[in-house]
Amino acid sequence: MKIFMTSVLSAVMGALIGLGTIVVSDTSEAAWQPKKPVEFVIMAGKGGGADRLARFIQGIIEKNKLSSKPLVPINKGGGSGAEALQYLKSKKGDNHVIMATLNSYYTTPLRQKGLGVDIGSFTPIARMAEDTFQLWVHVDTGITNVKEYVAAVKKAGKKWKMGGTGKGAEDSLVTAMLEKKFGLGVTYVPYKGGGKVAKELIGKHINSTVNNPSEQVGFWDAGKSRPLASFTPKGKLKGKWGKIPTFEDLGHGADMVYYMQRSVVAPGGMSDDARDFYVDLFEKVYRSEEWQNYLVKKGLIPGWLTGEKLQKYFLEERSKHAKLLSK
Amino acid sequence: MRKAELSMAIIMALFSIYLMWKSTELPIGWIPDEGPGGGAFSFWLSGGMLFCCLAMIIRWWRRTSPPSRSDKPFMDRETFVLFLTVSLSLATMIALIHFVGVYISLPLFLIFYMRYLGSHKWKLIVPMAIFTPIFTFIFFEMALKKTLPKGVTEPLFYPIYDLMY
Amino acid sequence: MEILGHLFDGFLISFEPLNLALVIFGAAIGLFIGAMPGLGSVNGVAILLPMTFLVPPTSAVIFLGAIYYGAMYGGAISSIMLGIPGASTAVATTFDGRPLAMKGEADRALVAAATASFIGGTISVILFTAFAPPLAEVALAFGPPEEFALMMLAFATFIGLGGDDIPKTLFSILIGLVLSAVGLDIVSGEPRLIFMDLPGFMHGINFLVLAIGIYGIGEMLWTVELSKGEVMISQATISVRRVFDSLRELLKTWKTMLMGSFLGYFVGILPAAGATPGSLMAYGFAKTIAKDPDSFGKGNVDGVVAPEAANNAASTGSMLPMLTLGIPGSPTTAILLGGMVIWGLEPGPLLFVEHTEFVWGLIASLYSANLFALLINIAFIPAFIWVLKLPFTVLAPIIFMLCIIGGYVPTLDMHDVWLMLVFGVVGYLMRKLDYPLAPAVLAIVLGPLAERSLRQSLIGSQGDVMIFFERPISGTILIIALLLFVLPAVRVFRQRSHNPNLA
Repeated sequence: MKIFMTSVLSAVMGALIGLGTIVVSDTSEAAWQPKKPVEFVIMAGKGGGADRLARFIQGIIEKNKLSSKPLVPINKGGGSGAEALQYLKSKKGDNHVIMATLNSYYTTPLRQKGLGVDIGSFTPIARMAEDTFQLWVHVDTGITNVKEYVAAVKKAGKKWKMGGTGKGAEDSLVTAMLEKKFGLGVTYVPYKGGGKVAKELIGKHINSTVNNPSEQVGFWDAGKSRPLASFTPKGKLKGKWGKIPTFEDLGHGADMVYYMQRSVVAPGGMSDDARDFYVDLFEKVYRSEEWQNYLVKKGLIPGWLTGEKLQKYFLEERSKHAKLLSK
Repeated sequence: MRKAELSMAIIMALFSIYLMWKSTELPIGWIPDEGPGGGAFSFWLSGGMLFCCLAMIIRWWRRTSPPSRSDKPFMDRETFVLFLTVSLSLATMIALIHFVGVYISLPLFLIFYMRYLGSHKWKLIVPMAIFTPIFTFIFFEMALKKTLPKGVTEPLFYPIYDLMY
Repeated sequence: MEILGHLFDGFLISFEPLNLALVIFGAAIGLFIGAMPGLGSVNGVAILLPMTFLVPPTSAVIFLGAIYYGAMYGGAISSIMLGIPGASTAVATTFDGRPLAMKGEADRALVAAATASFIGGTISVILFTAFAPPLAEVALAFGPPEEFALMMLAFATFIGLGGDDIPKTLFSILIGLVLSAVGLDIVSGEPRLIFMDLPGFMHGINFLVLAIGIYGIGEMLWTVELSKGEVMISQATISVRRVFDSLRELLKTWKTMLMGSFLGYFVGILPAAGATPGSLMAYGFAKTIAKDPDSFGKGNVDGVVAPEAANNAASTGSMLPMLTLGIPGSPTTAILLGGMVIWGLEPGPLLFVEHTEFVWGLIASLYSANLFALLINIAFIPAFIWVLKLPFTVLAPIIFMLCIIGGYVPTLDMHDVWLMLVFGVVGYLMRKLDYPLAPAVLAIVLGPLAERSLRQSLIGSQGDVMIFFERPISGTILIIALLLFVLPAVRVFRQRSHNPNLA
């Protein structure tokens, strides 16, 4: 026993000394590389659209071995992302934290003034895509275009149930746009996530939704649901998604447009070398075959953006949302 | 036991009142066409908790619940010392994790517990204190990729990460 | 007949050497992960997801399915041995599994859990094979009012769970429900009950934090007190003969197994419900229909069999809405769904048509995953029993350590570890005063589901409460729930009128 103990102790000591030497000698690397696993904070809970997308990105990185250290996804969806934002703020200057965002990146600090989070202070990394919304109904409603839709909703009045995620979330903003444009007044039923909303439409528990393309595509292909119009500018969507008319195509003006950004940001005060590493990393993801295929299939709009331009985009979107929310 | 029963009921009653007060940050009434407001659920349920606490106090008064009839002490001296030792050592360990990380504080806790409470021989304690953290690292960090907090010992792990990935 | 043909093809796929190896490997890993307090099938599947890029999609899903199953088996192990449910699905297993282990019959409980899981898993896979598409329609018919009715049914089956002290039992349910409301109000999107403005409360109070706090730390403090330092947790023994004896004895519980399997499967199919309500309801029903309901909670094998058959059946059930509708029935299937997207498959109504090989390969491998999980589980029972024989002062600090790590890992937030310690200490003190704590743990799981579906229903009906009774499915379930609420009261009343001395 004693001999065993001594040998264990000396082995541990030896290992520690060995480690020490490696630490000292490890300075020659030119480009910045993460020194430990990178925390990949997700501004939403497990299983939602944003979560799936972030894990998909992590998957591409792992599969193609794009990073020397793994990205470890952490869900901080509390308080519509308030938890994640505060966490990122507390990590100022940390080179090993990045965050996947969605539109609650602007709306949450606007709605919860007490947070004291200024998104202008964070380091923008990359915008990976813009997601959009369509107006969906069940095929059995017999509604085939926006005109019939508006007539049906006006007839039903408050009985018309629009499904979406929580109040103040993207779905509710889009619904408000729709109500204002056509003078409608619907009952808005909030659900936990977009996937659940899609299922409730197919189960006919609600009458219409404003789902993301990816949330409804399966039911659309199966002939259960029907998109009436896209909340995008003319000609932005390609493939089968491009065949859905936009509100502009239908002559309802160019203001019926709403995007959901899918971006990655980092805490403020991140070193320039580290930032360049992440920008480069996500550019590789963006150019990967998997990502490009995913964009086409899920009806996402490609939109690579980084650096100052991305920050400017964030701030513009924030002021747009301030206006939408104040209504 | 009687004192403990009453104090717990009173503390929980106060906690219920706090919860009710906290719930009023959101509407607690019935919103027309919509049903209960955001605070209603927690407000009225906390109200129910308060009511239960009052019932417990009444039962204490009338000596109908078993603990309010028993005159055994709530904790004898020995139990109390043991309870304090274990919970305080747990709290100390958790506090230490913030500063020196899991890989220092967990072995310290193991050593303390096994030596002080268990009076085991060092022959057993030392290997346990060495192998448990190693096993923890291999299982949680290498196999499951869950990074555990390391506090100031973080830089010591960089070379291990380089070897791992 | 077409189904049998597909199934046969599926078996051919699942018995390819690579796939078979993955099933065995996956079931073993899952078992291990599931047995750790704080780590459940969600973690197992999420962590090993990236590994699946190395193999074709069908093999990948077979691997993850095996991990999922293994973890469901493993959850029972920490419930029985340590009294700490590793995941919410295994809470009900502690009620009788733990007392059995304390009596020195941990091996009986483990064999019962493994066998029940196997039966539950197998029956559910058969149901899955035969009736997948029609049952998808049932899942669709469940809207918020039906979900609410189902939650009421789950609560009703649990009325008899608490002790004799009614105010304390009620208090326990209520505090669990209130704690479940912490975090975010989903309807208005406002933060709610953020105590002392700590950001850690924004993600709500995780079920695991309460469960590990109460069952892990609280239970250990309790045992520390009982043992005053130096007694073993239990006198556990194991031998081949005992295993066979236990198996023979299990034949008597076939009714409970069947009931648990069917109930678990049907509840599992419904999106949002998942395995936890399924296992709770199975336990409640088993107790209601038993001849000796009083022996439940004191180490009745039926009380282990029912929830374990149900939670495995439910885990198969929750794959159904995932595959046919693209809607996850549980957090684990949500991750699986994410995996399928990465592999380039489109879960949804067309999956059964366009990717027959994938679907039937998965179904067939569920049969073999079940079998191997059972075998591996039984093979490891001696090792588990050996762990129980360690001196308590060695085991205790290790369990405390696992609790701390288990509390930290799900959210990677130290806030939760502190909260867990508070729950543990307060829970221990309350337990000394005869507060039943299991209802609080269950309430924190069911609370959010109940509140959300109640409010969604009322918004949809513009505040009209009648919506719950007008709809046939929710109306029927609610009436059954009401009957179950009333039944125990009637029984108590009749008992009292028979022997007035008891009151």
